[in-house]
Amino acid sequence: MIARLTDGVSGRALVLLAMLLAAAIAAPLFAGDYLLTVLILIFYFAYVGQAWNIMMGFAGQLSLGHALYVGLGAYTAAALYVHFGIGPWIGLLVAVPIAALAGAFVGFLAFRFKVSGVYFAILTIAVAEFARVGFDHLSWTAGSSGLFLPVKRNAGNDLWLLRGSPTMFYYVLLTATVLAFLGCRSLLKSRIGYFWLAIREDEQAARAAGIDTFRYKMVAVVISSAMTSFAGVIYAFYYNNLFPEQVFHISRSIEIILAPIVGGIGTLFGPVLGAFILTGLAETLTSTLAAVGIDLPGAKQVFYGICLLLVIMALPDGVWPWLSRRIGIKERGQ
Amino acid sequence: MPAELYLNVAVAGILTGLVYGLMALGLSVIFGVVRVVNFAHGEMMTIAMYVAVTLFSAFHLDPLVMMVPIAAVLFAFGYVLQKGLINPFITRPEHSQFLLLVAIAIIIVNVLLILYGPDAQNVQTSYAYDSFQIGPLIVDATKAYAGLAAIVVAAALFSFFQYSTVGTAIRACADNYTGALVVGLDVKHLYALTFGLGAACVGAAGTILLLIFDVTPATGPAYTLLAFVIVITGGLGSMPGALIGGVLIGLTEAMAGLLFTPSAKSMFSFGVLVLVLLFRPQGIMGKRAA
Repeated sequence: MIARLTDGVSGRALVLLAMLLAAAIAAPLFAGDYLLTVLILIFYFAYVGQAWNIMMGFAGQLSLGHALYVGLGAYTAAALYVHFGIGPWIGLLVAVPIAALAGAFVGFLAFRFKVSGVYFAILTIAVAEFARVGFDHLSWTAGSSGLFLPVKRNAGNDLWLLRGSPTMFYYVLLTATVLAFLGCRSLLKSRIGYFWLAIREDEQAARAAGIDTFRYKMVAVVISSAMTSFAGVIYAFYYNNLFPEQVFHISRSIEIILAPIVGGIGTLFGPVLGAFILTGLAETLTSTLAAVGIDLPGAKQVFYGICLLLVIMALPDGVWPWLSRRIGIKERGQ
Repeated sequence: MPAELYLNVAVAGILTGLVYGLMALGLSVIFGVVRVVNFAHGEMMTIAMYVAVTLFSAFHLDPLVMMVPIAAVLFAFGYVLQKGLINPFITRPEHSQFLLLVAIAIIIVNVLLILYGPDAQNVQTSYAYDSFQIGPLIVDATKAYAGLAAIVVAAALFSFFQYSTVGTAIRACADNYTGALVVGLDVKHLYALTFGLGAACVGAAGTILLLIFDVTPATGPAYTLLAFVIVITGGLGSMPGALIGGVLIGLTEAMAGLLFTPSAKSMFSFGVLVLVLLFRPQGIMGKRAA
């Protein structure tokens, strides 16, 4: 098992990964409350970035509507909890199929009717926006006035109901990120992974080589949307409030794609690195501005925009491919 | 009585739709020539709207008068943007261009938010509450002027592309990039010119639209989406298509607002988009992709 996991990874990369993981596991012991919430955000973005990367980085399908799957996961689990007292892990069994179905719907519409490239991206935005306006008018989930999860004070950590301290959420998200990383790695090494890369590089050639491109693009959308919805469930139980205007908004979808783009589209470590760089820098900026006494809503987003601009202009492949060459680690598929 | 109500709402929707069409025309012109999808289109329009709000509060100029200078400002903005930032990207993959413009869009929205704050702003013209009565039909003066102005600007753009030498040269670039280079056209300059024209279009549209709607920084992305919905419905790259798509979407939104609830109106335009993508992906006026 261990041998299979480490197969083809250089010793240097293994040592670095082990050190990073050890640091991440030990972090809550040293980090204060504020730093811990930043780390939670980082692993949240690392996880959803990894999920998005399956579609764009592996199979080459640009989705700009991943907030749809976050929102469906969040709303399904939260509504089941609020209305029927069903816990998040059971709710997950409903939320994931719903999100996967939505992904399959988008994929089917697009791939069956040969909607690709920019048109595909716009279709994904349109479906997410459709859901946003729809949930605004859905009274079962309290519409635009927002859905709130009941909060108990000082009730201790309940992993089963996901009620508890930030430290618990931190470990849940860290575990999810590690599992997503390993899962994506084995996907990339599998037959499907090679088919995806073939489709990404040249879809016509892939089809000519006998790959059922429709089928494997569908697999990519379904896996990606299912994975993303788990992040939505965590989102709902971490923040305890959901508004369609926030959860499904296009800016959420764009936040999701920033980390893997800055880190390196199509790489395994890119989404993680990108989440560290972006969230780390943005939080430093926010706290610096707050310390100087400047309160500028929008400053963080301007900073995100400039980061994105600079990375796309200077390092179109992302930071990780450049950095990994520098430190002498080569990732598969680069 | 209900029949007249429907007719009134339909006419209002068509007039608003003409302004939407002018906005989408800019997007279509840029895509048709430069082959870049301007994901910052609605955000550029909010720039124009805020310039108009600022000028209005300083000089009390009528938006219909400000339309020309503001279009000129946006032209310069578009020209510089294309020449400085976007031009190096025209040979890059589609998603790379897309992300560049997403970055520009994010910066515009939030710089406007920092400068003007999140509250809705508008202009109060002397004719804001006037209306014309034509038989059973009652038309708001603002919407009538807005629709008329949109037609005038669109007609000017059509004749520029059809009859002027520069317009012909730009069409040559769009038809055959290599051919245009071979006959010695300055393609880089013409591309920047086209992007500037697209931006001028959206600048004029934004100024006109201020007669009808308020502006907040957050409306930028919504207008970008609306412009996409319209050009895809009408046919990406087709100039008449953009106007027809605009009118169709304006009409759809007005009717959906009347029959259901105004806050759900965008669901119906997305519905139209999905239908068009499924059954006529090239759009109403579009040619089949080669």
